Amino acid sequence: MRKPVIQFQDFSFQYRAQSEPTLHHINLTIYAGEKVLIVGPSGSGKSTLSHCMNGLIPFFYQGEMSGSLQIGGQESRELSIAELSDRVGTVLQDPDGQFVGLTVAEDIAFKLENDRVPQAEMIRRVTGAAETVKFATFLEASPQSLSGGQKQKTTLAGVLVSEADVLLFDEPLASLDPYTGRMTVDLIDRIHRETGRTVVIIEHRLEDMLHRHVDRIIVVNDGQIAADMTPAELLCSGMLRETGIREPLYLNALRYAGCIITPDMQPQHIDTIRLDDCIPVLNDWYHGQQGDTAVSAAEPILELQHVSFGYSKSNPVLHDVSLTVRRGEMVCIAGRNGAGKSTISKLICGFYRPTSGQILLGGRDLAGDTIKERADQIGFVMQNPNHMLSKPLIYDEVALGLRTRGVPEEEIQQRVHDVLQVCGLYPFRSWPVSALSYGQKKRVTIASILVLRPEILILDEPTAGQDYRHYNEMMEFLMELNAQGITIIMITHDMYLMMEYGQRTIVLSEGKKIADDVPARVLSDEAIVAAAHLKTTSLHELAVRSGVGEPSELVSRFIAYDRGMRQS
Amino acid sequence: MSTPMLSYTNLNTPVHRLTGVTKLVFFMVWALTAMIIYDTRCLLVMLVLGLVIFGMARVPFQQYSFVLYLILVFFLLNQVAIFLFSPLYGVELYGSQHDIVHIAGRYTLTWEQLFYQFNVALKYAVVIPIALLFLLVTDPSEFASSLNRIGVSYKIAYSVAIALRYIPDVQQDFQNIAFSAQARGIDISRKEKIGKRLKNVISILMPLILTSVERIEKISTAMELRGFGRKNKRTWYKSRPFQTGDYVALTLVILVAVVSFAVTFADGSRFYNIFE
Repeated sequence: MRKPVIQFQDFSFQYRAQSEPTLHHINLTIYAGEKVLIVGPSGSGKSTLSHCMNGLIPFFYQGEMSGSLQIGGQESRELSIAELSDRVGTVLQDPDGQFVGLTVAEDIAFKLENDRVPQAEMIRRVTGAAETVKFATFLEASPQSLSGGQKQKTTLAGVLVSEADVLLFDEPLASLDPYTGRMTVDLIDRIHRETGRTVVIIEHRLEDMLHRHVDRIIVVNDGQIAADMTPAELLCSGMLRETGIREPLYLNALRYAGCIITPDMQPQHIDTIRLDDCIPVLNDWYHGQQGDTAVSAAEPILELQHVSFGYSKSNPVLHDVSLTVRRGEMVCIAGRNGAGKSTISKLICGFYRPTSGQILLGGRDLAGDTIKERADQIGFVMQNPNHMLSKPLIYDEVALGLRTRGVPEEEIQQRVHDVLQVCGLYPFRSWPVSALSYGQKKRVTIASILVLRPEILILDEPTAGQDYRHYNEMMEFLMELNAQGITIIMITHDMYLMMEYGQRTIVLSEGKKIADDVPARVLSDEAIVAAAHLKTTSLHELAVRSGVGEPSELVSRFIAYDRGMRQS
Repeated sequence: MSTPMLSYTNLNTPVHRLTGVTKLVFFMVWALTAMIIYDTRCLLVMLVLGLVIFGMARVPFQQYSFVLYLILVFFLLNQVAIFLFSPLYGVELYGSQHDIVHIAGRYTLTWEQLFYQFNVALKYAVVIPIALLFLLVTDPSEFASSLNRIGVSYKIAYSVAIALRYIPDVQQDFQNIAFSAQARGIDISRKEKIGKRLKNVISILMPLILTSVERIEKISTAMELRGFGRKNKRTWYKSRPFQTGDYVALTLVILVAVVSFAVTFADGSRFYNIFE
């Protein structure tokens, strides 16, 4: 008899500030020792579901609950948030903003300190938890000085240190690069097997999570449970396309080739899927396709020549980087955190000056131009829209750059309205910015830059924190801008973005340029992939396992076909 | 990025190794003593002691240079102001008058005034090194735990510590916001007129406040989910038992205080009079 640890029965929830319930009549049981993945698009209610499990609802976010939710056999509303935290340990996304201790050890100990555990026992348990995540040598380090993966280990140890039976992961991959993401998936899997605790993961990056075994996947859509099945069943059900969740790439390729996927083929992982029947079909498809490896030969618009830079003399960030962006291109700049990719954009915009080397725009050296002068030609959109929004109303926000440039008010109105049309924001023009969703805010920031009519648009992680549908909308929008002649440079470690939209990928590692090629070739080169903290795609493994074509060629033909499908 | 100002770095000297409570108590008793007494002999002894301790901590000069200059400027202003507002206060205090030179009107420079202002200067010189040292050698979470140990509620103590911790992050946010604002033509440099500049600074503050609110919400949910505030008391992972160094430091500061008060008040006045 399996023991239920979390049990929703006819459970509904409505936030106090909203007119409609976010969760409708949820029935869901999670059993002891299970590993469950909860997926769903943004706004589906999956975060709300996790807030109900860890007690943030109703203690932090208030609202109206009905039905029953039992955690460890007790009604959750009879427990305090602290008592719930003894049963459900939560690992929140983005470890950066939540460190409370000056050292890793103190941060791990935080829960125990609050529970008044005596010091000697605390030290023993902290060391134990750190050893479980293989992190004991870093106990005295400052959390801020760690890499992304190490930060994740610290927050995970901070939850393992308690005796909570359930480990709840809230979008654990959200702020990680592909390589660190894969390490995290491995780590969660090992913790699950070694400790036997129940693991619940909320995440929309399905393919990355399926890198390791998952018992059950629950699909949440429109505040309801849309599916509750094994990974193999789900992948064959067509449910993913209906709910707007990205299916794994290798399955996407097999589907394009015309293969029928069934649950008994074990499709949940590229290493387990039985390909026997698919190979001939895939082979025929492969030979009927053509890859696209042409790169733009238009005139250069932006050139970096032997650019070096460091915030201090002893600590150079960029060494002798040269690169060319051609008019009308859509280029990605990739690299692990600290590789210098954000620094490049700050140099181009003039926020910092290179210590040596030149930056040319249309052949003209930019060294003498101020930030404001450069901004007329090069627009820069930051990752976090809240860093850019400074006016309460959308219209004023978009008009801001023109007003500071002394443009007459009638012309401002014309240009703002035009740009709001282009960005699909025209109906919202008199709305307050605060009423918009994250993706819409991002659009407002892009509109506020576009209104200055730059020739080049630089975007820092344009799709971060957005689900598949919003990702597609954002990228199709950028494609339209690109088609209108704006050159686009994207700083990203999103591999799907590079594959699906990048005409070229420039890879930086430790301040040097190590690759500059079409994405299919960059993502198939294992040395580059490792240096940039990317990973090879599952298409790569598909080519190796099926023996159909060279990996980079299969990737290239897939990309060309996929782009054809999108345009039709 | 420049060297962080007044930030804690663990240099592991005998001074750094003291517990947070010792550092806090030492600083408070020391400052109080120096503020109350005017006994030149005691102040001189304390000055020497303070400088020796400051030297022992081996903190690099860049870490406090700016603050030191700032304090020196205020110190000079203060000295000038004392003379301007009460040029004969020393005479009043010490009950005698030995003129050096008559300047103008009611302004006469006397040995008594000079001696009085010398004592004020001495008090500054006694307090400043220890105050700077306290800021430079106490890490924020240790500060929180020591506030808690001397009786401040741990919730308040922790809020103070977290606020200190996130100052560098907020600075980083501010820089990013200022950059993007400048690109859109919002100038906050001296080139802009003061009224316009003030307005521009405000339009940068708005996103800064929003992102800070976001930060606060994130950290408070994280703390809440880890049981912060569930009990009236908590334990501290880093709390350390007193070591020899702590006993030495506390004995020293108590000795200094007791002796100073005894010597100072032996003749019934806070002031040491060399003119009798």
